[in-house]
Formats: sequence, C-alpha cells, structure tokens
Amino acid sequence: MRFCRPSVGWARIVGMNVVVCVKQIPDPAEPGSLDPSTNTLKRDGKLILDESDSYGVEMALQLVDANGGGEVTLISMAPRGETAGLRTALAMGAAKAVLVSDDALKGSDALGTSKVLAKAIGRAGDYDLVLTATESSDGYTGTVPEQLAELLGLPSVTFAKSIVVDGTTAKVDRQTEAGYDEVEVPLPAVVSVTAGVVEPRYPSFKGIMAAKSKPVDQVTVADLGLDVGAVGWAGAGQEIVEVVTAEAREAGDIVEDDGEGYARIVSFLSDLKVI
Amino acid sequence: MAITKIWVLAEAVEGNVATITLELLAKARELAGTVEAVHGGDATGIAATLGAHGATAVHATGDLSGALVGVSLAAALHDAIAAGNGPDAIFFGTTQDGRDTAGRLSAKLDAPVITNIVDLVERDGALVGVEPVFGGVQNVLTRFTSDKTKLFLIRPKSFAAEESGGAAASVSALAVPDLGSTGGAKIVNQHVEERSGPQLDEAAIVVSGGRGLGDAEKYAMVEELAKLLKAAPGASRAIVDAGWVPYSYQVGQTGKVVKPTVYIACGISGATQHLVGMKGSKNIIAINKDPEAPIFSVADLGIVGDVHKVLPQLIEALESR
Repeated sequence: MRFCRPSVGWARIVGMNVVVCVKQIPDPAEPGSLDPSTNTLKRDGKLILDESDSYGVEMALQLVDANGGGEVTLISMAPRGETAGLRTALAMGAAKAVLVSDDALKGSDALGTSKVLAKAIGRAGDYDLVLTATESSDGYTGTVPEQLAELLGLPSVTFAKSIVVDGTTAKVDRQTEAGYDEVEVPLPAVVSVTAGVVEPRYPSFKGIMAAKSKPVDQVTVADLGLDVGAVGWAGAGQEIVEVVTAEAREAGDIVEDDGEGYARIVSFLSDLKVI
Repeated sequence: MAITKIWVLAEAVEGNVATITLELLAKARELAGTVEAVHGGDATGIAATLGAHGATAVHATGDLSGALVGVSLAAALHDAIAAGNGPDAIFFGTTQDGRDTAGRLSAKLDAPVITNIVDLVERDGALVGVEPVFGGVQNVLTRFTSDKTKLFLIRPKSFAAEESGGAAASVSALAVPDLGSTGGAKIVNQHVEERSGPQLDEAAIVVSGGRGLGDAEKYAMVEELAKLLKAAPGASRAIVDAGWVPYSYQVGQTGKVVKPTVYIACGISGATQHLVGMKGSKNIIAINKDPEAPIFSVADLGIVGDVHKVLPQLIEALESR
C-alpha cells in the first residue's frame, strides 16, 4: 500500500499495484513432446495463458478492486515475442505487461527464469505485491516463487488459499499438509496462489477489444542488464544426460459396460482378496 | 566426485517424522556413507526416529516462533554451507516446506535444483536425477554441471522407508541468521482440517472421483463406495478446483501421490497431472464413458460406461455381500 501526500490534507491510501508473473505454455490439451536436439519441451506451436496463472490474475484484480484501485501488471518470459496468453490476461483486466523474449533464454531453468522475472519486475513500476502460481502446468518445478522472493529480497508466503490486504500487511491463508495456517506478511511480498481458490473471470468482448491496445513492454536480456551467461543453457548449471522411454504398464482389460460392468469389478476385487 | 555426505530435510507432522523423510533417509543411506538430517524447528522429539532410520545427526534451528520454515532454514543452511560444513547433496521432499526451502536456498547459493525426482542413480560418479515427463511416458535423466551443493526435490513414495537400527540422532544447533527484509512473514494461527477414515496416502484402497461425476452431490457415491471398501476417498484436481471437495482429497502432481493395492478412478479422464499421482498403484480400475480417456492406458480393468449406472450397481452388489 503506498501513501502519498496531496498538496493539502494528510496522507491517504491511493490503492495498490499488483504484479502477476504469468507463463505462456503449449496447450496442455495437445500431446507434448521433447525437442530431440535439446531434450527440452517443444514450444514452437501456439502458446496460451497457463490456467494455473489465471487464478493469480483474478486474485490480483479482486485485490485492486477491494483496495481502492491501482494497476495489475503482468510479467512473462516467452519465445518469439509471444503475447497470446498475455492478451488473455489483459482482456481479463490487467493494465499492462512486461514481456521478456530473447533467443539467449532458451534452456533456462527455474533459477534462470527467476533472475529474468526479478529484473523484469524492476521495470513494472512501484508495486505492493507480487503474485505467482504455485507451479506451472508444463514444467511444474514449483521453486520459482521462493527463488524470486529471495532475488527481490522480499518475504514470501506460498500456497495461498486466500489473501486479504489490510493497510501495509497481507493476511494469507496458507495451505499445509494438515490444513492451513493463517500467516501475516508485511508488504511488499511475494505470494504464490493455489489453483482453484478464485473463479477466473471470462474476458468480456469489451475486455478483449481493449486488450489489443494495452501496452506490452517487450525487452531483451541485455535490456534487463543481465549477463547472458547467467541465463539460458549457459546459466542452467544442470544438463540432461539422457531421455529414456519408461516401462509401460501391461495393457489392461478394457470392456464396454453391458450392464454387468459392476460384476467385473466385484470379481476383480474378490480375486485380489480385498473384499 | 563421489557423494560422501547427504543431508535430508526432516519434516514432522503433528510431532511425528513425515513418511517422505523416512523414504529419503533410506535412499540417502544407499548412496552415501554419512547421512544427516536438517530440521526447521525443535528436533528433540524426532531425533530417535531419525536415528532409527539412519541419520546420525540432526542439525536443527530450534523453535522458529512463528517464522516460516522455508526462509529460516534456507538462511541457516546457506550459512552452514558457507562455513564449509555443508554436504555434497541435500534431499528435499516435494512438499510445501520442501519446495520453499529448496527454492530459497537455490537462489542464495546461486545453485539450481533438480526437481520432480522419482529415482536417483549414479553415472560416472555423479548423482543423476530421474524425472518422469508426459505422465510417465518418458524419463529425463539430469545431472548437475557445477560443483555447488546439489539440491534435489524428490517426490513422495519414490523409495521405501527402511529402519537401520541406528541410535538416536545427535541434535546440533543450526543458527538462523537475521533474515532482514525477507523474514517478515509470521504464522499467527494454525488450523487442522479433520478427515475421517483412512489416510489418503496410506490407505490400501483409494476410490477417486472426477469431473465425469457431473455435479458435486454425486461425489457421495464415491464416499459410499470408499466406506464399503474401507478405502480413502480421493479426487482429481478438476473437482478440487471446482470446490466439490477440499484440497486434502487431491491425488496428483499437486496433492497426494498414492500407491495403494487398488485404485478406483470414477469419472476421471486421466490428465497427466493426475496420472503422475496414482500410476504407481498396484491395481488400477477405471470407470469412464470415453473409451479414448487416457486413464484406460494405465488401467488393469477398464469399464467403458456411465459412472451413474456402474457405481450404484457396484455399491448395491457390495452391500449385499
């Protein structure tokens, strides 16, 4: 929450700005494959907004609404200047985006990605909160939120089910193995949002039209002042030794239900002596 | 470089050592001569169990008084490593605190994490992580190229826990430095969500429901069948996201990894994210009306049919036995 002092009167709350990191990924409905020359996920087709990130975008829009206005800024790293997924989130209501696109980023691992996102967030202007998903739907390393928080020198809360902002503090319900913890964190902070905790809005026709003219600040690694050696293949610090085909499960008995399907299940369970 | 010393993140659930920790200790003992645990919290109550599973020492921060484990433990581990007391590798379970700690530490050390590991093998003296991709169709083998501390995030149920018969682990203090601007988050209250019946990740039989059930009320059929079979009810991410059942029911990449004797998938199509969490089950039964559903590729018995017909018949047949 930022305070400003108008020419007369006293300090007043002017709303909050939220940064949301979003990933544009190959459509999960299409079968994925690895690029045989690099063994990394093929990303040459159309990319879409990762559904996991739509929850963070929605959460950010709701927080801005609930706290007297402000802006939602998207941060993304994607090949070939891809903006299709960003336009979806802009159509939902985000104000602007920073897109980092550079051939030097090919092969970046989660830490390299976090370095790029941290620098790109520096171009987003003042912010009170950075939201991410808990993990992407294509790489699902789940380490970016904490890596990013450390690089930004911020506190963090992961696996958020709900976020309420109260002055300069966020109250976050954090999912745990046993249930959930109520956590308080001073802003600015990084919070990762669990999928399914809000209902992402569908972009309206008006929103889709408006998104076409919203600003997307496209930058390169050099623009961010990052050393190309720290990102991409060179910066990854890990390499794929081999890709092997996993042992397939033996084909099962797949039968059409003719009204007796349940009986097949009963005898299967009975053969296993579990009933 | 050979691996001689491994640290394992020790996690506790309601005062007991988490199963994932015991699994990681068993694998670590297989790979290295020295295996020690690290813990964000007070370790006096868990030192005996850690020792019985092969950890000779546990380096613990002591009570964190509400601070989060990830940021606190990562800072403590960073300092221990910088002081030259670190291991060759650290094993973290793919859990909330495991991911938090590994992520924070990774950025502090400027060292990558190899994630989603289900097996570890030695190749030319290096430790190589095995990560299944595309729902387990292929395995990607990855090794580190730097000589920094090797951080592995390992999935639950990848290894079998095994006692070593060791004495209680010696407890030593792991100092948490001043966290500065990163340390502001504090836990102010904790809530435990009650779940009745067998634990999802320990039950011999799991019955899960998915979007094919049609609407939230129909999940009652899954619960009824689970009760009859003394099974744990589970769910796909789709219906957890839709709010039909709580997150604690979720089986999959996020949620619980399960390996029961029998897994019954009702109205679940079998998205990669779900298959990853259950394809290790010994026997898989699937009921789905779409014959092309990917769940049938892992099923031992697949019924191509309507769950709304098959489940009531199955429940009735089991009730009358």
